Amino acid sequence: MAKLRIEDLKKIKESMAGTVNLRAGDQRVKITVHMGTCGIAAGARKIMNALLQKLEKSGASDIILTSSGCAGLCNHEPMITVEVRESAPVKYVKLDPEKTEKIFDEHIMKGNPVSEYALSMGSETTY
Amino acid sequence: MEDLSLHILDVVENSTKAGANLVEINIKEDTDKDLLQIIIQDNGRGMDPKMVKRVTDPFITTRTTRRVGLGLSMLEQAAQEAEGYLTVTSEKGIGTEIRATFQASHIDRKPFGDMGSSMISLILGNPGVDFIYKSDFDGEKTTIDTRAIKAELDGTTTISDPAVLKLLRGVFEESLRN
Repeated sequence: MAKLRIEDLKKIKESMAGTVNLRAGDQRVKITVHMGTCGIAAGARKIMNALLQKLEKSGASDIILTSSGCAGLCNHEPMITVEVRESAPVKYVKLDPEKTEKIFDEHIMKGNPVSEYALSMGSETTY
Repeated sequence: MEDLSLHILDVVENSTKAGANLVEINIKEDTDKDLLQIIIQDNGRGMDPKMVKRVTDPFITTRTTRRVGLGLSMLEQAAQEAEGYLTVTSEKGIGTEIRATFQASHIDRKPFGDMGSSMISLILGNPGVDFIYKSDFDGEKTTIDTRAIKAELDGTTTISDPAVLKLLRGVFEESLRN
């Protein structure tokens, strides 16, 4: 029988004691994984897992990872939206775990959007 | 959807979109009766009888971003493929219950897949929602209540802390007999 070991939770609690809980405070980046039926069927859960693994490895506490529903662009799923404070949100489309890892390293950690995976960047030009 | 845990993720997302702040996920398998049941109950805004009747129609949805709603239709199909069925009961202002029944040993019964990832996606994606997860495989029971976990953490960290989620993932995975 699987049991949640209270001692394990206590260990986590103790390791956090004395540190400031930034996770509940100010966020620098918000990552939203689109998890409508379309996103889930296209592999959004794998994207969520990849991001969670990267987040854990990075140790960053100013990044919030969350989910939302269908954005109406079902043929572009799996999608994420990356919002870095004080810059325009970027929607990334047709993702897989490898692309997602690159976005985490380049955009989320270094602040350089990965234009090749983005839905669109900037506005239309005529040249 | 490849596996049942993806269906669960999808249908529970409906609950959270319906404004639920508590969702109970119940998985029961009885080998003697060759029965598998997945029951999802929420305290969301519920539906009127007219909507309940039409809810597994793929061309019915409340969303405005697209005109088809496939989540429940696909779960119903998955149940029917395994000699089972789907029932939906709902009351406006009270909540909704989705019950999917399968012949457990049926060759077309989808496997559970990665239940840990589904539950963690739900917990991460819906910080304002609490989840009660119960599994019962021939009497082998597991219960996880996020309210109890939050109380135990007592503000030192949040349930979305990767260390906490890692611990929970293990418990969800262990709870399934694959």
